[in-house]
Amino acid sequence: MTEFALILVSTVLVNNFVLVKFLGLCPFMGVSRKLETATGMALATTFVLTISSICSYLINAYLLLPLELEYLRTIAFILAIAAVVQFTEMVVHKTSPMLYQVLGIFLPLIATNCAVLGVALLNVQQDLGFLQSAVYGFGAAVGFSLVLILFAALRERIAAADVPQAFRGPAIGLITAGLMSMAFMGFSGLVKG
Amino acid sequence: MSLYTPSSPHMHADTSIAQVMSKVLLALLPGIAAYVWLFGWGIVVQLSFATLLALGAEALMLRLRRRPLLPFLTDGSAIVTAWLLCLSIPPIAPWWITAIGVLFAIVLAKHLYGGLGYNPFNPAMVGYAALLISFPAEMTAWQAPQPLDLAQAASLIFLAPPREVLDAVTSATPMDFLRTQLGLDKTVDEVIAHSPLFGYLAGKTQEILNLMFLLGGLWLIKQRIIGWQIPVAMLASLAIMAAVFHLYDPERFASPAFHLASGAVMLGAFFIATDPVSASTTPRGRLIYGAGIGILVYVIRTWGGYPDGVAFAVLLLNICAPTIDYYTKPRVFGHGDKD
Repeated sequence: MTEFALILVSTVLVNNFVLVKFLGLCPFMGVSRKLETATGMALATTFVLTISSICSYLINAYLLLPLELEYLRTIAFILAIAAVVQFTEMVVHKTSPMLYQVLGIFLPLIATNCAVLGVALLNVQQDLGFLQSAVYGFGAAVGFSLVLILFAALRERIAAADVPQAFRGPAIGLITAGLMSMAFMGFSGLVKG
Repeated sequence: MSLYTPSSPHMHADTSIAQVMSKVLLALLPGIAAYVWLFGWGIVVQLSFATLLALGAEALMLRLRRRPLLPFLTDGSAIVTAWLLCLSIPPIAPWWITAIGVLFAIVLAKHLYGGLGYNPFNPAMVGYAALLISFPAEMTAWQAPQPLDLAQAASLIFLAPPREVLDAVTSATPMDFLRTQLGLDKTVDEVIAHSPLFGYLAGKTQEILNLMFLLGGLWLIKQRIIGWQIPVAMLASLAIMAAVFHLYDPERFASPAFHLASGAVMLGAFFIATDPVSASTTPRGRLIYGAGIGILVYVIRTWGGYPDGVAFAVLLLNICAPTIDYYTKPRVFGHGDKD
């Protein structure tokens, strides 16, 4: 139990995928202009990340390793992620057409979210078991969602600020992300290793 | 929609930004006096240097942004930022540490976001965090509690003294000392009883400084410059966290009194966390915001990699403030459900 709690704290705060590992920056910058879209994106990514983390573990443990096909790992994972994303897109399309329209291009773009492939590959690299992989994927997704939503609310406030012309838009967004990353360094050392 | 305007006579609230800022500066004076008494004139040198630099940076940025100089330069907000930064860094930190911190705070954290009233992060704490991450050696070289005269302090700050001179006047802070000793399997009581660094509650110098900042802060609440919610929530949550772990294992976790009287707690609770721009603004939001800072201070202090967590805790809750505000909007009178 402690082990899973540590994995969660580690992935959500200490080694946050966006602010500490700098993965998944495209959706972080792209979908954070409004709080509602950010929340939708966060939910979709959480779902995809957790499922794809589990899928990639299964593929790796029961397909690639027994058949000694480790060199196909990256391609196999990308395929699995693409399938999960497609599935999510269909679900969102049927259940919430509004959200589907709002998320637009970003929903299929989850497939190219480097955090998703990153989690799958890190699972293998760190030799995590089935449940650990699932928790790791879920934690990474929660961390991603947390900072995405907080960042979106911050950006809504900054949009109303008197930012110098040269820094409007993505420039001040990136500076804000940098300062957030600095604040997250305060968590360093919380989980050893 | 037309606005209802009551007939005269109107009561005029005689407040301005300059007035609020000068009261904040005034409330910092007891703490600064204690600094001078305990550590000598280093802090005064830092404060004057940082004030000049902050006003210079502010003027430069206002010029570049083509904003009027006079109203913004005289409102005192840049001086408050500079003073808070100086009170956070070691009093004998080299001049370039102060300079980088002040420039980072004024230029990056304040003016890139549009200046006074728009900064999402507390400028002083952005400057402090940037310094702590970039120059950990200089930022943790705390002066030993012995008063230095003006010439000594100025030469330490401006003349880049050799390592031996610096080592002679610096020492571990009580919190650092406690942390390393606890790592050597000693109990909290043993460490506190056997070191001259500690006074009644916490570090000898720290408890006096914290008491002075507490007095200044209470005066600010009485003057209605700051609300009571953030300081009370922050101190209460820090005390509760400390009490729970202290009761669980008094040998490894210091008492709530120790935590309340250590580090930058009172300065943080009354002067830094209450920054009206970067803090949460709704009454309920302020309670959550303050409590969040208190909890994070305890977590970072006890298990984190940095000796004190106030700066990081404030920055982390600055990130959360817009979201907290979004979810704690007060019910508009006449709208929404009663319950």
